[in-house]
Amino acid sequence: MADYKFHILVCGGTGCQSSNSHEIMEALKQNVADAGMAEDCKVLMTGCFGFCEQGPIVKMLPDNTFYTSVKPEDAAEIVAEHIVKGRKVQRLLYVDPENEEHVSDAKHMEFYKKQMRIALRNCGFIDPENIDEYIARDGYAALAKCLTEMTPEEVIEEMKKSGLRGRGGAGFPTGLKWQFARGYKSDVKYVVCNADEGDPGAFMDRSILEGDPNSVIEAMAICGYAIGAKYGRVYIRAEYPLAIDRLSIAINQAREYGLLGDNILGTDFCFDIELMFGAGAFVCGEETALIHSMEGQRGEPTTKPPFPAESGFWNQPTNVNNVETWANVPVIFLKGADWFRSIGTEKSPGTKVFALAGKINNVGLIEVPMGTTLREVIYEIGGGIKNGKKFKAVQTGGPSGGCLTEKDLDTPIDFDNLVAKGSMMGSGGMIVMDEDDCMPAVAKFYLEFTQEESCGKCTPCRVGTTRLSELLTDITNGKGTLQHLEELKRLSEVIRDTALCGLGQTAPNPVLSTLRTFEDEYIAHVTEKTCPAGKCQALLKYEIIADACKGCTLCARNCPVGAISGTVKNPHVIDQSKCIKCGVCMNNCRFNAIVRH
Amino acid sequence: MGCNENGADREKYAELDQFIASLPTTKGELIRVLHRAQGIFGYLPKEVQVYVAKKLDLPVSKVYGVVSFYSFFTMKPKGKYDVSVCLGTACYVRGADKILEALTKKLGIGVGDTTEDAKFSLRTLRCVGACGLAPVVMINNKVYGRVTPDMVEGIIAECE
Ligand SMILES: Cc1cc2nc3c(=O)[nH]c(=O)nc-3n(C[C@H](O)[C@H](O)[C@H](O)COP(=O)(O)O)c2cc1C
Ligand code: SF4
Ligand code: SF4
Ligand code: SF4
Ligand code: FES
Ligand code: FES
Repeated sequence: MADYKFHILVCGGTGCQSSNSHEIMEALKQNVADAGMAEDCKVLMTGCFGFCEQGPIVKMLPDNTFYTSVKPEDAAEIVAEHIVKGRKVQRLLYVDPENEEHVSDAKHMEFYKKQMRIALRNCGFIDPENIDEYIARDGYAALAKCLTEMTPEEVIEEMKKSGLRGRGGAGFPTGLKWQFARGYKSDVKYVVCNADEGDPGAFMDRSILEGDPNSVIEAMAICGYAIGAKYGRVYIRAEYPLAIDRLSIAINQAREYGLLGDNILGTDFCFDIELMFGAGAFVCGEETALIHSMEGQRGEPTTKPPFPAESGFWNQPTNVNNVETWANVPVIFLKGADWFRSIGTEKSPGTKVFALAGKINNVGLIEVPMGTTLREVIYEIGGGIKNGKKFKAVQTGGPSGGCLTEKDLDTPIDFDNLVAKGSMMGSGGMIVMDEDDCMPAVAKFYLEFTQEESCGKCTPCRVGTTRLSELLTDITNGKGTLQHLEELKRLSEVIRDTALCGLGQTAPNPVLSTLRTFEDEYIAHVTEKTCPAGKCQALLKYEIIADACKGCTLCARNCPVGAISGTVKNPHVIDQSKCIKCGVCMNNCRFNAIVRH
Repeated sequence: MGCNENGADREKYAELDQFIASLPTTKGELIRVLHRAQGIFGYLPKEVQVYVAKKLDLPVSKVYGVVSFYSFFTMKPKGKYDVSVCLGTACYVRGADKILEALTKKLGIGVGDTTEDAKFSLRTLRCVGACGLAPVVMINNKVYGRVTPDMVEGIIAECE
């Protein structure tokens, strides 16, 4: 990046692209050209900066200025002021909500202060469609080092020493996995990248592939060398068109540069990568199901053993790792296993990327060292709960995980601690909920998801998740009894112990964890038929407080089902048997005479 | 609605033939071929499934088994405007259910259906990766963020 005086980086992540970041880039380019600065200033599109909530984001280098909520119309001012006159455009700077100050340098933003970027090191820094930019940031140096200075055994030793654990959910030690795959003798072996990202509400894999596809390619080649595989496959969701594009471009460029294909970097090592497309089935993220899907079959899991390392794609030894796991690999070889181990916790070295979402101020993608507490993530990086509401719970681990509450906020996040607290790491979805969220309804949301996604191969999961979801529907509709809660518990345990694959085994987790921490709320639903969070429509009751009602008749005129009666200047009443709980009356009453409970 | 062997269809089948012929092997490539077929025909009616089965030398039941397993494959034609509501967790906690309700009301169709005039179809999907803009609605490839039930009217009008 040395030849230009300025760089303007425009976010090309999915969030910002959907708010016109392409037009912003074109407008910036035009203005730069019109100002006669094209020689000095390069405009490029990068991957996600993580701060999606305030997108579209434009970042200026070298001074690291961070502009938020940029519109195409702002391009002229950015170029005229910032580039030509060297003055920052104040109104586009991020405003710190604490002290209302304009923050001009991204590194002073609370959002970035506690973050540490390893897997996301290049996202938002380089043009992902240009391999030269990856190479300029030490890209492919790790592959070169492995191929020319290390034996495959040494590569595996280094991976083992780093303590890197799989980021796809289970946290299995990556080096050990490679060792198993190396141990099985075969002429044909496969290296697979699991890019089926199924957790609804997690998008870190997508962002890595969109922002830094070469890091995944480089890592897969290193693994190919280590385990003795020539063939690489990326199994990616068809719903990720931008990631597919960028990955295809990167693979082609790597081939042109001799970084994929035969005799890589002049050595004997040959390795190439092909894309395969998923077709919208969550269970295909499970590695045995993924392999069946790659073979063109229905993506149904099979029992392990045999593990893929022994018999995977077309019954050949196969090593499957997750996108984020891959993105960590090159850095480990550049900076060494000891460096990697020095970050994070003893049993979970390194960092983890989280997709922070829900009722939080800074929704986005973050990466923190393992061992960071939930409180730091939610209140410092995340900027606290939206609209000043009260924190209620944070859900981690997606449909397989659980809810953590206030008392867990000081837990240092790592694989083992989250499990000990009744949740799990999963792929890194982190959904924050506030006082308005109803826990039985949240459990129902997840169960409906797993029920829909159950492949149907085994009964406990197929029938069990359907039954769990029916029980939760009853509860949230006010038709539940204490018996329902007993049944939920009993059935959950049966499913957990008897389902064939991880999907079924973990499906009851959202139920068990919310039942444990929010039992009161379940009991209120079944005994008092009320929803303390005011979320379950069927359990709501709208009432007019006679003393406060001025008899203005507004509510009666607006009720869509004519449930309100009364005469002018006299208190009105709601006929509960007619009311459909739409809330229109309460929103319209100017005297706050209508309450919901 | 079926696919008759008229001119336009013949061209589509020819395109599919060409794609299949370009594959180094057809072993294990059923899903890849179905992706392409859906890209060409817009959906996967029975005729196309039978055709693919014949071309790849597979039982039709196997092709149907795969098509019905994966939610990305559809046996119904989509509308000119394919409206999808994100029901991922981030969108859910920010009220996606209310948006879906408003859309079903506005379009007068259920999830998975297409309007009589073939103009709109309605689907749900899980996380489009724009959680920062939750709740999110996608129409063809355009993403609408921070949608409120009140905005539904305007978004649909924009298409019409
Ligand atoms: C139901 C289910 C869904 C899964 N989905 C994913 C996924 O979307 N992405 C992923 O990388 N791993 C997923 N996994 C984990 C994989 O089976 C596998 O452990 C992982 O890809 C291994 O890579 P890692 O060791 O690098 O984490 C899933 C597992 C289960 C049981
Ligand atoms: S547990 Fe569920 S998803 Fe897994 S194999 Fe059984 S039915 Fe299929
Ligand atoms: S709108 Fe409020 S004040 Fe007016 S009649 Fe209804 S409850 Fe009474
Ligand atoms: S909540 Fe809706 S249906 Fe019920 S009384 Fe008010 S306006 Fe009428
Ligand atoms: S998509 Fe632009 S910051 Fe995430
Ligand atoms: S959950 Fe809707 S975009 Fe992510």
